[in-house]
Amino acid sequence: MSAATIPSLTEAVTPLEAGSEVSGLGWLKDTAAFALSDGGVLLAKDGATHRAAAHEDGAILASVCDGKRLITGGDDGRVVATGPDGATALLAETGGAWIDALALHPSGAYAYGAGRKVVACDDKGRIKTLDVPSTARGLAFAPKGYRLAIAHYNGVTLWYPNLEPKPEMLDWKGSHLDVTWSPDGRFVVTSMQENALHGWRLSPDKGHMRMSGYAAKPRSFAWSFGGAWLATSGADAAIVWPFDSKEGPTGKAPRECGLRHARVTKVAFHPNVNVLAIGFEDGCVLMVRFDDGAELLVRPAVEGSGVTALAWDKSGGRLGFGCADGAAGILTLPG
Amino acid sequence: MSDKIPVTVLTGYLGAGKTTLLNRILTEQHGKKYAVIVNEFGEIGIDNDLVVGADEEVFEMNNGCICCTVRGDLIRIIEGLMRRRGKFDAIIVETTGLADPAPVAQTFFVDEDVSDRARLDAVVTVADAKWLTERLKDAPEAKNQIAFADVVLLNKADLVDEAALGEVEARIRAINPQATIHRTVNCDIPIAEVLDRKAFDLDRIMEVEPDFLEEGHHHHHDEEMISFSFKAGEVDPDRFMPWISDLTQREGPNILRCKGIVAFPKEPKRFVFQGVHMILDGDLQRDWRPDEKRESRVVFIGRDLDKQAFEEGFRACAA
Repeated sequence: MSAATIPSLTEAVTPLEAGSEVSGLGWLKDTAAFALSDGGVLLAKDGATHRAAAHEDGAILASVCDGKRLITGGDDGRVVATGPDGATALLAETGGAWIDALALHPSGAYAYGAGRKVVACDDKGRIKTLDVPSTARGLAFAPKGYRLAIAHYNGVTLWYPNLEPKPEMLDWKGSHLDVTWSPDGRFVVTSMQENALHGWRLSPDKGHMRMSGYAAKPRSFAWSFGGAWLATSGADAAIVWPFDSKEGPTGKAPRECGLRHARVTKVAFHPNVNVLAIGFEDGCVLMVRFDDGAELLVRPAVEGSGVTALAWDKSGGRLGFGCADGAAGILTLPG
Repeated sequence: MSDKIPVTVLTGYLGAGKTTLLNRILTEQHGKKYAVIVNEFGEIGIDNDLVVGADEEVFEMNNGCICCTVRGDLIRIIEGLMRRRGKFDAIIVETTGLADPAPVAQTFFVDEDVSDRARLDAVVTVADAKWLTERLKDAPEAKNQIAFADVVLLNKADLVDEAALGEVEARIRAINPQATIHRTVNCDIPIAEVLDRKAFDLDRIMEVEPDFLEEGHHHHHDEEMISFSFKAGEVDPDRFMPWISDLTQREGPNILRCKGIVAFPKEPKRFVFQGVHMILDGDLQRDWRPDEKRESRVVFIGRDLDKQAFEEGFRACAA
């Protein structure tokens, strides 16, 4: 199906000019917060926008959002929280080391990586530090409990910041980049330098899951609302792996959604239904109904405007996207 | 090609003068801005430029290539630097004195995210004119850095006499006959001799080295580091391609660098290739000019290479 023949939602999109490459995106209730490469955060609500200068002399390298605040890490070595009103708060400062890994816990605790150091700060402000064997790349909190997964060279470290036991190591040779925890807490999955995913079953058997065949590094993940599927970027379609059995995707083929002649860069599952939003390197954004593969066009391809951020709001009524050239937009679903 | 950020790699054994060269580049009035990736902060720090600290993290790739290593930190840093695209003109990577340049160079061929955005411009090695000969005897790292270089600065040239300089230059030539050598004092050299060399640009491979394989074949001998080159007429692509690919897979750990221009029968374009260990990069380039002799030329620099076997293999590819 060519872009011209796909039913279109493009008229329901409010375009925005973010002014700089969008490196991340989160929803603060009704406000979309775009983390920008020029260090700013663009807040957009009901068609009005304003900017918060989160990192005055830096570029934002990482961002996470819990619905209340957007936390950003920059090449200025600062961790900053931005609220929906544009108020910013400095959470941490490393004095130089880049902050390119962040995680946010439902309790309000957060963690950041600065080189080979990982710092976790719980909801009471207690700060704990862990040294890892090589630079911490991805961070993700477990869905339950105060436990952090840290992706690095040759595996993942699982750390309880407030408990004494030695961190547990999940080994797998190679360089692990981003990490995600399945919503039921049973699986930990990383993206790898070798254009593959690697997964570990934490129970019952600590088995490995190898998911390969990507054309590029699968740097974007999204779990479906029930946790049965994991959608990933890195190919000319969104690659969606089944995690609905205790074995995970081992021995099973993934599904492909939204196949086009362009690399998928970002994926975002709708929070309540099996609909996947897919952003492409050529700037196109599609919505795909997962059950029958039906597609809706959100944004046609735009040269030099590859999709770099994609997120649904909590209710699933709006989808925000941001692009490499500073273009952005918000789709409001009709009805 | 042109919109990719050029990356210059500065290597050199401890104390040779890398930091002096770096400071010289940064303080010169050239109107350009650099992003500099260093291993130790402190000794440099120029307001206008972006300085990033790095830990040299050499990662093995699980791609079945036993010598295929990349600098994981460099991949991460270049990804981050691209957020500031447009705010700098070039990247300079300073390696530690004991570093092997291969993982740095390989990063630019192995990692697609890096190679889409940045291109390796040249490996520049600073050598101490007085001590290089000693280091070549006792430090394999120093030998690697010379063997890998596109440009060698024979620094502190004022500390030794002409005869000694000639001798150390001969030693460098024995290891790496391809590199451009400059004698310097305090790394005083026009920046253009060091930056924007396009040494890894397939289009420029032979143009920047007019002396490349002048006549016949040269054979320089070091105790273990060896370099040689061969020349032939047209070669059969159905024999040459499997040969070079198999050769670099098999001998890759010992081949530091290789390059060549190859003539295929009935092919109007020149086939140009270069390699770093097991990684090969090749393409059909410009047309052969009417006044050019259609001949195939290859050069290898490496450790303990069996020259005769290489030569026989190459000759067997003749069309």
